[in-house]
Formats: sequence, structure tokens, C-alpha cells
Amino acid sequence: MATRVLVVDDEPNIVTSLEFLLQDAGFAVRTAGNGQEALEQMAQFAPDLILLDVMMPVLDGYEVCQRLKSDPKTRGVRVLMLSAKGRDVEIAKGLELGADAYMTKPFATRDLLAKVQELLSR
Amino acid sequence: MASKLPLAVLLTLCLVMGLVWADLDFSGRAALASIFTAARVALIATILAPALAFLGWTMFRTAERARTSSMRMAESVRLIARVNSANRLTRTGSADQDSLADAVNDLAAERARLLAEMQALAAEARASVEQERNRFAAIISELDQSVLVCNREGRILLYNTAVSTLLARHGNDQAAHSVGLGRSVFGILDRNFILHALETIEGQAVRGERGSVQFVMATVDGRLLRVNVAPVLGEAPSIGGAPQVTMTGFVLLLSDVTENVDSDSRSVALFQDLVEGTRRATASIRAAIETIVAHPDLDVQRRARFASIIQAEAVGLSERLEKLSSDFSMRLRQRWPLEEMRAADLLALVARRIERRKGLAIVQDPVDPRLWLRVDSFTLVQAISSLAGRLQEEFAVRDVKVRMNAVDQHAQFDIAWKGVPMSSETAFNWQNDAFTLGGEDSPLSLAQVMHRHGGEAWYQRDVPSQTNYFRLLLPMATEGTAVRARPSLPSRPEFYDFDLFYRWPATDADDSRRLSELAYTVFDTETTGLEPNSGDEIISIGAVRIVNGRLLRSETFESLIDPRRAISPASVQVHGITPDLLIGQPLIGQVLPRFWRFAEDTVLVGHNAAFDMRFLQLKEASTGVKFRQPVLDTLLLSAVVQPSESSHSLEAIAARLGIAAIGRHTALGDALVTAEVFLALIPLLAAIGVQTLGEARAACEKTFYARLKY
Repeated sequence: MATRVLVVDDEPNIVTSLEFLLQDAGFAVRTAGNGQEALEQMAQFAPDLILLDVMMPVLDGYEVCQRLKSDPKTRGVRVLMLSAKGRDVEIAKGLELGADAYMTKPFATRDLLAKVQELLSR
Repeated sequence: MASKLPLAVLLTLCLVMGLVWADLDFSGRAALASIFTAARVALIATILAPALAFLGWTMFRTAERARTSSMRMAESVRLIARVNSANRLTRTGSADQDSLADAVNDLAAERARLLAEMQALAAEARASVEQERNRFAAIISELDQSVLVCNREGRILLYNTAVSTLLARHGNDQAAHSVGLGRSVFGILDRNFILHALETIEGQAVRGERGSVQFVMATVDGRLLRVNVAPVLGEAPSIGGAPQVTMTGFVLLLSDVTENVDSDSRSVALFQDLVEGTRRATASIRAAIETIVAHPDLDVQRRARFASIIQAEAVGLSERLEKLSSDFSMRLRQRWPLEEMRAADLLALVARRIERRKGLAIVQDPVDPRLWLRVDSFTLVQAISSLAGRLQEEFAVRDVKVRMNAVDQHAQFDIAWKGVPMSSETAFNWQNDAFTLGGEDSPLSLAQVMHRHGGEAWYQRDVPSQTNYFRLLLPMATEGTAVRARPSLPSRPEFYDFDLFYRWPATDADDSRRLSELAYTVFDTETTGLEPNSGDEIISIGAVRIVNGRLLRSETFESLIDPRRAISPASVQVHGITPDLLIGQPLIGQVLPRFWRFAEDTVLVGHNAAFDMRFLQLKEASTGVKFRQPVLDTLLLSAVVQPSESSHSLEAIAARLGIAAIGRHTALGDALVTAEVFLALIPLLAAIGVQTLGEARAACEKTFYARLKY
């Protein structure tokens, strides 16, 4: 069974690229357009890793991360935060709230895939 | 001469007796001797005693006269020394005393000359100090930055109009009223902030550093003030050593930074927005392009999909950059050194420049004096006069007309001329050609100058009147900043008093304080009628402060009050305040607390103050405001100084003291006249031994008028 990755971002353009790249790398991929949708996907899809944008309508990435990490059932899911917010304090906040890694946009897709593999092998 | 007279008489008597004795023969002598025998002694004594007594009395009188004459001389010398240096001793006719008198007179003359010399020097020094002070005060008062100088205790020794303006702009009426010489600065600014700053400065001083401390504090109405605190250092004598440098006071510089902070935070937001937006777009582009590059075998459909993503994101990015650049250039324009200027002044400058050209006449339409612009006047005048020059040279124009009007949010400037129309191409070129002036090339064109101003310029023709004009739209100064005309200052500004560094008005005005050193609030009220006990009310309060013997015309209080009742026609005739003037004015319950704060820590002075105080007392219960400070009455004080005068009305006293009673019958006008009267009364009171507050109050009580009760 393929490793499952959930891509959460409100910008469809980047979601399209990431979905294709991850599928191409052999992952089972689903997508969500905001934090609320992401939480709804959790139960049925049960991803191993989430690529989580921070600034999103309805429910932002910080909030999603906090909820996942405080629930015993979802605590083990790896969270890789992807955000245009790149200040030290913003990165620190994401990691404090339980993200396993934080990458600032824009990034090299190769680095992203490497980081995904690394998180999953931990 | 007189002292020698008795001696001469005695000698003559002895001589006569000796000659008589010598002339006598033996029997004669025996006979004479027999006369002097015991039997005759009594007789001789009877004759001689009065003579001797006369002799003694004469000698005593002579000595006495000499003694009183010396005493008189001593008194005169004392008079010269203490009271009247022009006084001189009079000659008496006695040679000894006259020479002494002459010597004393010489000394007195020499002393008078030295005194006059010293006085002249002192006057010169005083004048020069005074001039320095006035120059200094003028500079301070013209500064845009708010300056406050305080002594160690926080009493204000100097302030400028910018302080009052700054605080008034904050709608902080109460704080604006609290600015005044000798008042505590803690009435305006948070005590804790300032004390903290002073501690920091003292800490620096201990480490041998000298510096100032800066902090930002919020005002009640949510604006931000940047406060710079710097110490005023002075030398204090220390016991048995070199003088020690200590802080004798501090200087506060205030500036309103609310807008700067707003503007800075808008800049920061703009920047963050740019960074984050760019990152997001770039992330999408990069992911898409890397997908294409990494997968050369992508099907056409997918490839087209990623290409459209890249295109859409790139377009979004361009739009974002375009918007940013226009936002940014708007900010740059705001930062261009535009100054505020009256439209009339700009027009006058333009006219003067154009008139310098021979053969070109200019007509100027009148301009609204209230119209203010925000312009770079130098380049603007250059651009406009260069236009006029080209009109003369290339279109043979002899008359131009300039006018300026406010239209919506802009000032509309026209330079108009009659004659043939200009082609749109020429008009375009003229706007975009760099203009030359006085033989020098300017790097700017009219279009650029207008761009700097965020304005627009164009050529237009009014066909019916055959008039052509270039029209320029210029930014007006925003309301509030334009109405910056300073209140006209008294010829000698009263915003500083450095004597207060060393002494300041008593806050606890006890009866032992001298009248000349107390702080006063001289006030007057206008009322609906003369019967406070029958419901008459105060409709106006005016007041002015006296600090350190100076009338502070710039520190006044003035308020109308809605009495919520009718005003008697007789009263209206006196003060001219008709009921309609009072509609919408604050009520007594709002005004009295403000007046109380204004008069805090001072002695109240009024003319016929009992009348005004009665009104204030009747309001104590309803307003809770109680005036507990001592009160002096110029009417009573005048009666103390001039008990024989029958009239002590304000007019009569002012006339006697040579004070012009201008602006009477408004509360503030009367308060000002009363204050001048009071200042003139202080030395007159001192001359009759009334020097302290206690003595003045006691003297008032004794006068007849003191028995009048309202």
C-alpha cells in the first residue's frame, strides 16, 4: 500500500504541481483547499504526511497543526509546513505548534521531495 | 567765635582788676584789701557769682550748640548715604565745621558719580541680557518642535506655542490649559515616565556619561508623543571642594509621531505584503516549471496545464509589481520636500518673476487668503515663469493673467492669454521640454514638476472669449495644517522665566509670603444679574495668571456658560452677551472644574471679589468644586492705599494708576485690567508697610468696604 500524502493549500496552481510530483514519486495523494477540508479528510484518508500551507481561509495551517498534534489519533501524522511567511518568528511558531518541518516558499521541488522522504523515514 | 567769648570776658575782668590793683598806692591797696576782708567777702561774692554763673552758662550753651550742629551734620550724612545721594550739607559759618562739610560734600559728589557710573553699567548689562533673552525666546517660540524647560521639581520655566498647539490638537483642552509658567509639568505628562527618564539620566551621569533619554508615550486620546528628556546641568557649591555638577532641571522636546508610526507601519505592511505575495507566486511558478523540466515526456495536455499555471502566476506577479511601484512612487512623492504656502504668496512670487521680463504685463486676480498649498515653490515658480517667457517669445504675448481657486480637493492655477490657439503638439512639447531660466538649464519639465506634486497640467482654450490657458492642478494643504497661523505674540514673549530655576511661586500660599512672589489667578465673571441669592447665574468667566510679578497675557482662561435662565436686560446692556450667544455653551458644572484646575495653586484676585466669590460659593453644592485658596480684592486694596478717595470702581482706579482700561466688560478684558491694577497696587501697598499676603488680607478687612456683604 502506497504511503499517503495530503496536500493542503488554498492556491490550486501549486496544488496541481505538487499533486503531480508526489504521485509521480509513488505516493497516494489527496488535496484540500483549506484547513477545514483537511481535517475532514483525516478520518477517511488517514495520511502519513501532510503538506500544510499556513495562510488559508476558514482554518489556517497553525490551527490545523495544533489540532492534529493534540489529538492522540492523529499525533503521529508528519506535518511539513509550507509557507510564504518566512520570518524567524513565523518559522518558530510553526515548529512550536508541532510541525515536523517548515519550508519557506518558494522552494526547489527536489528539496521538498527529499524532505518528505526524510520525514517519512524517521 | 562763640566759644571764645566767655574766655575773653574772663581775661578782661582779670586784666581790669590787675590794672586797678597796680594803680593803687599802698593805702589804696590796703583799703582795697580791706574791702576783701571777711566782712566784705559776702558782698563781693554777691557781685561776682552772677557774673561767674553767666560765664558758665555761656560756655555750656556754646558747647551744646557745637554738639547739636555735629548731630545735624551726622543726620545729613546718613541721609546722603541711605536715602538721597543728591543731598548736600549746608555751611554754617563756623570755619571748622564748614571745612568738614565741604569734605563730606566732596565725598558725596564722588560717591554719586560712582553710583551713576555703576547704574549705567548695570543698565547696559541688563539691556544686553534682556536682548539675549528676547532673542532666545523668539527663537524658541518660532520652533516647530514643542519645547518645555522645567526645574528639578518639574515646574515649567519655559514653553513655546508649539506645546499648546500640540496639546490642543489632541483635543486635550485640559492639558493645554495646564501649560503655564510655574505650573507642574506632571499635569500634562505622566509623572512616572519622566521620573524614569530622569533616573536613567542620573544613572548615566554617575557613569560619567551625558545624554538624553527618549521614549514614546500614548496620550489619553490614543496619539503617540515622542518625548526627549535632556538634563540642564548647573554647578552647586560643595562643602570644601570644587563645585559639583548637578542637574538643576530638564528640557523636554515633544513631537507627535502618530503619523510617522502609522506611515512606518504602512511601509512595513507594504513590504511584507510584497515579500509574501512574491514568494507564493514564485513557489507556484517554480513547482510548475520544475515539474515540466523533470518530466520531458509529459503529455501535451498536462504540459499545457503547467504552462498556463506559469503564465497566470507570472501575470499576477507583474500586476503586483506594478501596483507596488505606484504605491511606492506615491510614498516618494509624499516625501518630496513640499512646503505649505499661502496661494496668495505663490501668486505674488509668480507675478514678480514675470514682471521682470520687459514687455510682458501681468494681471493678478484676487485670491482667497485662506487657500493654502503644499508645493515646491521654487521649481513651480520657475516652471510657470518659463511658460510665460515662451509665450512672449514664441507667441508674441504681451499680457498674461494669473488666477488661483480652490476646486474640490485641489487648487486650480491658470495662466491665461488672448490670441491664436496653440496646437496640441506644441502644448505637449511645452509641458515636456526641460525649461530654461535665466540662461540656466533646469533638469525638469513642467510635466515632471507636476508629477512631483501629484498634480496635473494641460492646455485649454475657451472659444467664446478667445482665451487660452494652461491649467495646473496643485495639492492643497490638508485642513488643520493649513490653519497653522500662529497666534500673534506679544512684543515680549512671556513663555519663559528662568528666575523660577531658583524660586517658584508658592504652592502653599501662607500668610507670611510676600505679595510680590506669589502666583495669582486674576479673574472676573459676567452674570445674568446682580442677585446671586435670587438665582442669578454666571454666564462667563475670564482669568489671567500672574507669576513672579509678571502678567502672563498668553496664559488666559475664557469661557461662556449657558445659564439655563433668562438674562436681565440691564445686564445685557453692561456686557452685551445676549441669550442666543449662550445656547450650546457648556454648563457651569463643566466649566467650573476646568477653571478650578486653571486656578490651582494660586491666590485668587478679583475686583469686588466678594461678588464673584458669592456666585462660586453657591455652586459648591451642585458642582462639588470648592475654591479654598486665599482671595484678594483690588477694590479693598485700593481703599487701603488711597483711603481718602471716594470711588474705587475699576475705571476710577485704573485712571488714577494710569492704566488703559481697554476691552472692558468682557470677563477676560476686565480680568486683564484688574490684573494690571493689582500689579500696580503691590508697590504702593509695600510703601505703607503692607508686604505679605497676611498683611494685605488684614488691611482689607479693616476697610469700610469690607463690611459689604452680598
